[in-house]
Amino acid sequence: MSQTLGALARFANPAELIEAAKKVRDAGYQKFDCHSPFPIHGMDDAMGLRRSPLGYIVGGMTITGAAVGMTLQYWIAAVEYPLIISGKPFFSWQAFIIVTFALFVLFGAFGAVLGMFHLNRLPRLHHPVFYSDKFAKVTDDAFYVSIESDDELFDDKKTQEFLSSIGGTDVELVAGE
Amino acid sequence: MSILNKHPQRDSAATEAMGGEELLVTGGHTFSTLTEKVSGIVEQPTPPKWYLLFAMAVSGLMVLLGAIGWLVWEGTGVWGLNNPVGWGWAIVNFVFWVGIGHAGTLISAILFLLRQQWRTAINRFAEAMTIFAVISALVFPGIHVGRIWLAYYMFPIPNQMLIWPNFRSPLLWDIFAVGTYFTVSTLFWYVGLIPDLATLRDRATKVRKKVLGFFALGWRGGNRQWQHYEKAYLMLAGLATPLVLSVHSVVATDFATSMVPGWHTTIFPPYFVAGAVFSGFGMVMTLAIIARKIYGLEDIITVNHLEKMNKIILVTGSMVGYAYMTEFFIAWYSGNEFEVFAFINRAFGPYAWAYWIMFTCNVITPQIFWFKKLRRSIPVMFVASIFVNIGMWFERFVITVTSLSRDYLPSSWDYYSPSIWDILTFVGSFGLFFTFFLLFLRFLPMVALSEVKGVLPEADPHHYHIKKGGAK
Repeated sequence: MSQTLGALARFANPAELIEAAKKVRDAGYQKFDCHSPFPIHGMDDAMGLRRSPLGYIVGGMTITGAAVGMTLQYWIAAVEYPLIISGKPFFSWQAFIIVTFALFVLFGAFGAVLGMFHLNRLPRLHHPVFYSDKFAKVTDDAFYVSIESDDELFDDKKTQEFLSSIGGTDVELVAGE
Repeated sequence: MSILNKHPQRDSAATEAMGGEELLVTGGHTFSTLTEKVSGIVEQPTPPKWYLLFAMAVSGLMVLLGAIGWLVWEGTGVWGLNNPVGWGWAIVNFVFWVGIGHAGTLISAILFLLRQQWRTAINRFAEAMTIFAVISALVFPGIHVGRIWLAYYMFPIPNQMLIWPNFRSPLLWDIFAVGTYFTVSTLFWYVGLIPDLATLRDRATKVRKKVLGFFALGWRGGNRQWQHYEKAYLMLAGLATPLVLSVHSVVATDFATSMVPGWHTTIFPPYFVAGAVFSGFGMVMTLAIIARKIYGLEDIITVNHLEKMNKIILVTGSMVGYAYMTEFFIAWYSGNEFEVFAFINRAFGPYAWAYWIMFTCNVITPQIFWFKKLRRSIPVMFVASIFVNIGMWFERFVITVTSLSRDYLPSSWDYYSPSIWDILTFVGSFGLFFTFFLLFLRFLPMVALSEVKGVLPEADPHHYHIKKGGAK
C-alpha cells in the first residue's frame, strides 16, 4: 500500500536554502532536513542542530587504542616473552610510545569513520527521498528541503502550501511503500 | 584574465566576496558544469589511449610478479646484495615509495587544517597516489627476505613457536606506522569519495547505479548528514597530520638507531619527512600535469595551483639541501673519524656519481622556482618534477649503500651493484602503481567534486547578499 512519506521543495541557491531552513525551524517542524551538493556554512545554526557528538566517540576510541597498544607491548615484552635485548629493561615504555601512538591514530580513525556512519545511519540504501525523480539533482546542483510525514505538524496539504509560501518550487509529496 | 571578460558580473562579485582573492576555479564553471566535467570523464567510453597506457602498466606489473616469483624460487641470492651491503634496492625502493605517499596526506590533511582551499582541486588524486604508493612500498618488506610465507613473523600473532616480535626494534615500529598510515589514508579517501559516488550514482542507470549506490551507502546530502560528515573529515585530518609526520620519522629510525656511520644521527627524522614531502610533490606534479592535459582539467587544476605546489617544492627542496650540509657540518664537528670519513666517502668516494646526481636533482633543480616565470611554465615544471623523482630515489640509494659499503673495517669493504632482478623489481613496482592509478582514473572521480563546488563563490550564502546590494 502506498502512503505519503514526506514532502520536498526545491530552492534556488544556498542563501535561499538557509533562509528556508530558518523558516521551517521557526514554524516548529522537527523532522526536516536541508539537502545540498556540498556542506553549507551556517546551516547547522539555521536548522538549530546541536553540535555533533562525534568528537567524544573519537576521543574515546583514541584513548582505547593507546591503552591497547601499550598493554599489548607490555604483555608481550615483560610478561609472555621476556627477552633481554641490548640490556634494555623488559618494559621499555619509551620504545613502546611509537606503536602506542600508531594504534591511538588507527583506533581514532576507525572511530571517526564508523562513528560518522552510525550517527548518519549509514549505510541506508533505501530512503523515502529516493522515490522522487527530481531529487537526484541534489548531488549535482539542486538545493532541497525535505519534511518527513511522521513530524507532528505534517499535513499533506498544509505542509505543501507552507513550502510554497517560503519560496520553494517543485513542491511534491513523496509516496511509497 | 580572459575569464573576467566572459562572466564580468559574476567574477567581479565573486572576487569581492572572497576578499579580493583570485578564483580557484576558472572558466566560469557552475555547479552543474563541474559535475558534468568530472563525472563525464568516468562515464565516457574508455578512451583507446587509456588501453594503451593500461597495457603498459599491466606489463610492468607482470614484470614485478615475475621478478618476485624468481626471488621466491631462488632466494635473495638473485639480488645484488653482498656481505657489507645487506640492505640494497629493496629498502631504497620501500623508502622511496613511502616518501611519495606523504604529499597526498599533506595535501589532504595538513592543508585542510590550514584552510588552504586550493587543495580541493588536487586532493583526490593525490590521496589516491598515496594509497597506491604505500601499496608499492609494502611489497618490499613483504618480499625482502625471499620467503614470503614467513611474512607473518612481522606481526604479533600467536604462533606455534610461542615467540613474539621485539617491540624495541624500529623495524617493528615501521610495520605499525606504515600499516596504520595505509589504513588511515584509505579510510580518509573513501570518506571523501562518498558524496561524489552519490553524484555518479544519481547520474547512472541499471547495474552501474546499483554498484555505485552500494558504495555511496545511500548518501542523500542532507545537512544532518553533512554535519557529522564534516566533523569526521576534520577528525581524520587532525589524526592524519601527526601520523604523516611520524611515519617517515619512524622509517628514519630504521637507520638512525643503528651504529653505522652516516646513519646514526638525530637529524634523520625531520630530514626524511622534508624529503618525503619534497619527493611526493614531485610525483603529484608529474601526475597532475599529465592528467589535466589528457582530461582537459585546466580550469580546475589551474596554473595557480601548480605554482603553489612549486613553492612547496622549493621550500622542501631547500630544507633537504640544508640537511645535506648540516650532515657534513655535524660530521666534522663531532670529531668522530668514522663519521667524518663516511661523509667524505659519500661525496668523493666510489659512489660520488650517485651523490652528485642526488645533489644536483634535489638541491639545485628546485632553485629555479625562485623565478615566477619558471614557476608558471608547464614544460619547465614537468622536467623539474621528473628530476625531483630521480634525485629522491638516489638520496635513499646514497644513504643506504654508501654507509654500508664502507663502515669501520676496511677489510670488510665491498662495492655494491644491483642485479638485473633488482632493476626489474623496481621497474615492476611502477607497473603496480600505474595499474592501480589508471584504474582509479577510469572508474572514480579524480577531482573531489563536492569540495570543489564548496569553494566556488556561489557556494557561500553571503555571495548572494553582496550581489543584491552591490554592483548589480
